Amino acid sequence: MYMSATPNLWEETIQPGATWSHVLKRGTALRVVDLEGNANVGAIFYNFECPVERYNMPDTLKAQHIARLTTGFVLYSDMGRILLSVIADTVGWHDPLGGTSNVHLVEKKYGPSTYQESRNDYPKNGRDSFLIELGKWGLGPRDLVANINLFSRVDVSEDGSMTFVPGNSKAGDSVELRAEMNVLAILNTCQHPLDPSPKYEPRPVQVAIRQVPVPATDDPCRISRPENGRGFTLTERYFL
Amino acid sequence: MSTTTISGKNLIESKLSQSKAIYRHEILAGEPWIRELRKGQYFRIVDLHGNQAVDTLFYNAHDYSDRYSAQDTIQQQRNIYLTAGTKLISTAGTVLLTIVADTCGRHDTLGGACANESNMVRYALEKRHMHACRSSFLKAITEWDHGMSKRDITSNINFFMNVPVTSEGKLTFEDGISDPGKYVEMRAEIDVLVLISNCPQLNNPCNAYNPTPVEVLIWDSAL
Repeated sequence: MYMSATPNLWEETIQPGATWSHVLKRGTALRVVDLEGNANVGAIFYNFECPVERYNMPDTLKAQHIARLTTGFVLYSDMGRILLSVIADTVGWHDPLGGTSNVHLVEKKYGPSTYQESRNDYPKNGRDSFLIELGKWGLGPRDLVANINLFSRVDVSEDGSMTFVPGNSKAGDSVELRAEMNVLAILNTCQHPLDPSPKYEPRPVQVAIRQVPVPATDDPCRISRPENGRGFTLTERYFL
Repeated sequence: MSTTTISGKNLIESKLSQSKAIYRHEILAGEPWIRELRKGQYFRIVDLHGNQAVDTLFYNAHDYSDRYSAQDTIQQQRNIYLTAGTKLISTAGTVLLTIVADTCGRHDTLGGACANESNMVRYALEKRHMHACRSSFLKAITEWDHGMSKRDITSNINFFMNVPVTSEGKLTFEDGISDPGKYVEMRAEIDVLVLISNCPQLNNPCNAYNPTPVEVLIWDSAL
C-alpha cells in the first residue's frame, strides 16, 4: 500500500563514504535505495526540537523483542515516542547492534591514508563521520549514541558471537522510514565495522523524500505489537 | 533459582580478599550510586540475593563525553555477552575497565535501563509513576554536580541480567542466571566514574519481581 507512492519531493545520491543530514518533517518518509548492492548506511536520529531526545537502541529492541529491523517495526526515542516507522523494506534485515567504525579500526583494516595522498578517496570512518555531521547542528560527542546500520545484517549465535552476513542487500533494494516526529537524521555511507572485506569499498545510496498519509488506526506498524500502539499514542500526544 | 543452562560462560573467581577492600557499600534496590575509581583499582559488584539487575554506566573520569559504549564493546569482542576477559570500551575507543572475575558468566548490554516512558510503552500508560533506573541515573548525576545531564545517559550494562538474542533476530528476556553471592569484578584501566542504578523494575523478571540490595567493593590493587 505504501509503495503506491506519492511523488518524490526530491532525491539525491549519497556518495560512498559520505555524510548526510536532514530534518525529516513529520508526515514525510525517507526512502533509501542501495544502488549497487552491499551498501551500509549508519544512522542516528534525534527529535529536532529537543535533540537530547534521541534514538534509543535498547528501548527499540526491548519494546518489540527484536534484534533486527524490517517492515512493521519502529525506532523509539528514549522518551517512549516513535521517531520513525519502517513502512517498506525489500531487504528484511537491518542491523541495530554492530555500531560504527572509528579511525583506528579503519586504519588497521584498510591501511593508513590521508586526503593529501588519496584526495576524496581517503578511507572515512563512521565515528568521525557522525561527529562531523552532528557538529553542523551544534551537537557533539555527548550526543553520539548507538546507531543502526541500514542494509547490513549481523547474526548472533547461541553463545553470543556476532557474525557479519555478506551480501545481505542487493542492487535496487530499498527501505522506507516514515517520520512520526520532526526528526534530525544523521547518516553516513561508511562500511559496516564488522564487514570482513579487506578492501575499502563503501557504496553509494539514493535518498528520496515524499509526503505520506498519517498512520491510520490499522497501520501495520501501529498494530504489529501492543507496545507500538502505546508508542504511537504517546507520540501523537506530544503534538497536541 | 533458575537452572538455565548457558553456553559461552567463562567463570573465573577472584583472588581478592574482602577483608582488604578499602571501600564497601550496600546499594538498596531502587537506589543510585556514583563514585570515581582510580586507574588500577579493582571494583566488584555482588548480587547479594540473586537475580538482581545492576544498571551501570562508566565514564572517563577526566572527560565524561568519552563514555561506555555498548556497541563498541560488543563489536570489538564480537560477542553480545559480557564476562571475564571483556574489555569495556568507550565511544572514543578507550578501554575503560576489564572484567577480571565473574562467577555469574553472562551479563547484558542490549536491554538498557528502564524509564518511566519505556515502562508506559512496554507495560501500560498507567505505569508512568513507577520508580525507574533512568530516574535514579538523573538524580545521581544531578547530585554529583559536575555538569552532567540527560545527554550523558546512554546505553548501559545490566550486570546479572540475561537477555539472549536468537538466530532469527529476536530479543528475549530470560530468567536470571545469577544466584545469591555471585559477583563480577573489574579492573579500572584509566580513572573512571561509575554510575549505578540498582534496578527497581517490578514489571518483568529481570529482578525476579523482587528487587534486592547489591554490594559494591573497591580494592586499591590486586595484592
